[in-house]
Amino acid sequence: MTYVRPKFRHPELPKNKLGYSVDYYEGALSTLCAGCGHDSISAAIVQSCFDLNIEPHRLAKLSGIGCSSKTPAYFLSNSHGFNSVHGRMPSVATGANLANRDLIYLGVSGDGDSASIGMGQFVHVVRRNLNMVYIVMNNGCYGLTKGQDSATADMGSKNKSGKTNLFESIDLASLAIELGAGFVAQSFSGDKSQMIPLIKAAMNHPGFAFINVISPCVTFNNNVGSTKSYDYVRQHIEATSTIDFVPEMAEITTKYEEGSTATVKMHDGSSMVLSKLEENWDPTNRHSAINAMQSAKERGEILTGMLFVDGDSQDLHHVIQTSDTPLNILTERDLCPGSIALEDINASLR
Amino acid sequence: MIDVQRSGPSTGMPTRTQQSDVLEAAYASHGDTKHILLFPSTPRECFEMTADAFDLAEQIQTPVIMLTDLDLGMNDHLSEPFVWDDNRKYKRGKVLNAEELDKIKRFGRYLDVDGDGIPYRTIPGTHPTKGSFFTRGTSRDEYAAYTEDSGAYQKNMDRLMVKWETSKSLVPKPFSYPTNKGNACGILFFGTSTYSSEEAMDMLKEENVFVDAMRIRAFPFNQDVNAFIDSHETIFVIEQNRDAQMRSLLMIELQASPQKLIPILNYDGMPITANQIFKEIKQHLTNTK
Repeated sequence: MTYVRPKFRHPELPKNKLGYSVDYYEGALSTLCAGCGHDSISAAIVQSCFDLNIEPHRLAKLSGIGCSSKTPAYFLSNSHGFNSVHGRMPSVATGANLANRDLIYLGVSGDGDSASIGMGQFVHVVRRNLNMVYIVMNNGCYGLTKGQDSATADMGSKNKSGKTNLFESIDLASLAIELGAGFVAQSFSGDKSQMIPLIKAAMNHPGFAFINVISPCVTFNNNVGSTKSYDYVRQHIEATSTIDFVPEMAEITTKYEEGSTATVKMHDGSSMVLSKLEENWDPTNRHSAINAMQSAKERGEILTGMLFVDGDSQDLHHVIQTSDTPLNILTERDLCPGSIALEDINASLR
Repeated sequence: MIDVQRSGPSTGMPTRTQQSDVLEAAYASHGDTKHILLFPSTPRECFEMTADAFDLAEQIQTPVIMLTDLDLGMNDHLSEPFVWDDNRKYKRGKVLNAEELDKIKRFGRYLDVDGDGIPYRTIPGTHPTKGSFFTRGTSRDEYAAYTEDSGAYQKNMDRLMVKWETSKSLVPKPFSYPTNKGNACGILFFGTSTYSSEEAMDMLKEENVFVDAMRIRAFPFNQDVNAFIDSHETIFVIEQNRDAQMRSLLMIELQASPQKLIPILNYDGMPITANQIFKEIKQHLTNTK
């Protein structure tokens, strides 16, 4: 079957502050299966970038290998993209970010790419607090190779052939909190209204921002007995809060009930307003967040929303004190110590 | 990338030296792949080649591997002082800025505009509407779009071959030792085999055996290496590995005759000695008289 996406768009599509309509943020036609959760996440990324008035050429999109890692081709076609080696997106993102700190870095990965082959890379990019948004499109299976269980498949979950997973699952969100991530959220690909503010807040977070999105695989992991099917997730989802992202300068107009909200100030003056649904849980407290997630797991629930945020997070550049000017525009004058410095080295070896 | 070679396979003798990553580095990765290699032989050359490697990597838009070894990387050496030209400029290669992009109708990341196999590149964030592209490991067309079209794939593979040819004139040339012309034998060596090879030449000279010599400094091989092999009846290839890897590389890349290339090999983990080279050359020349 040959199909093309019509180029026609409504002439009166609303434009953002830059004068772009939302289609300017779209990408090529997706080749993922119809109904794939990943496409909804791509759509949420497109909407978030449109809303935030991001200039596409100031954003770099990176990924590894897998169904999830194919998605950067399906959003932001005017941005630079890098489809790296399997599980190695964090290294490429680290290199790119160190070279030019002024771009927005959006990494997309999957449960195979991050929790198996790229686990070593994942944990280190978290602990280094690289300023990037890291989205895992988590479907608990290897969709690209016909649906084998991945390391995030829950113990006891059944795959399409009816086989039960015997091994403990890796919970990437809890792991990220334990490793010191300053922004950890969880969402569901079927909940765009929750995903968009989370992505926007993540893009404004000055450091590593992790969003684990449960994204059912319609072809290989949407069966009865799977804990990552649409039906299961919808029945077991528990939102920690509703979330509002309030950009800098914008007035908070939404009314919240006294005592039920938590406002988290971001470094650039923007803020996040969380309406808490879970009692005895503080999104700015690491212990509290981990406890809430462990309790939810015991109940068989999937906790979504903003799980943990550190408003004082300082990214890798701040920690290692690099220059404010991006390294990739420094010249010989700035970078090369020259022959006088070399003469000192020669002298020290005599 | 700097590979301080030591004996293998695997961890091998971790505190001993060898030149045994030559073939691995030359053809690393799957598919039809070749990499640029640099072979320094002294601490000063390590310093200079490292700076050159950055320039080459940006000019040719490819990783450059410098193959040093444990002898050079960890043992103490007497070295000439390092020098730096303060007027030296970084060679960034073909990078388009915003004004240049404006003049182009359509930017093609893998489009061979100049016919040297090296296309133009852009740095992310340069221009609002032009110059962004998607880097991917898969096959792609000249405009960086995914394709499985056979013609587009082959065209790109052929372009990479053109680029390989171009790089032959950009990498460091081999070093020729001035000797009397007309010698029937030549010796080829690289890296830390240099010291012993030079000493062996002196030892041979004392016995009135004269050989021409060339030190290889880079892969792909410069035309001079080809000419050196062609102009001698016998070439001794001196290296520190079991499998005569540089000799294989010369055979594969220059179609040099295996009969002509006589391996002199050391792979006991210690640096090759002048005595060994001297003895093996003499032995061979005596046997073939």
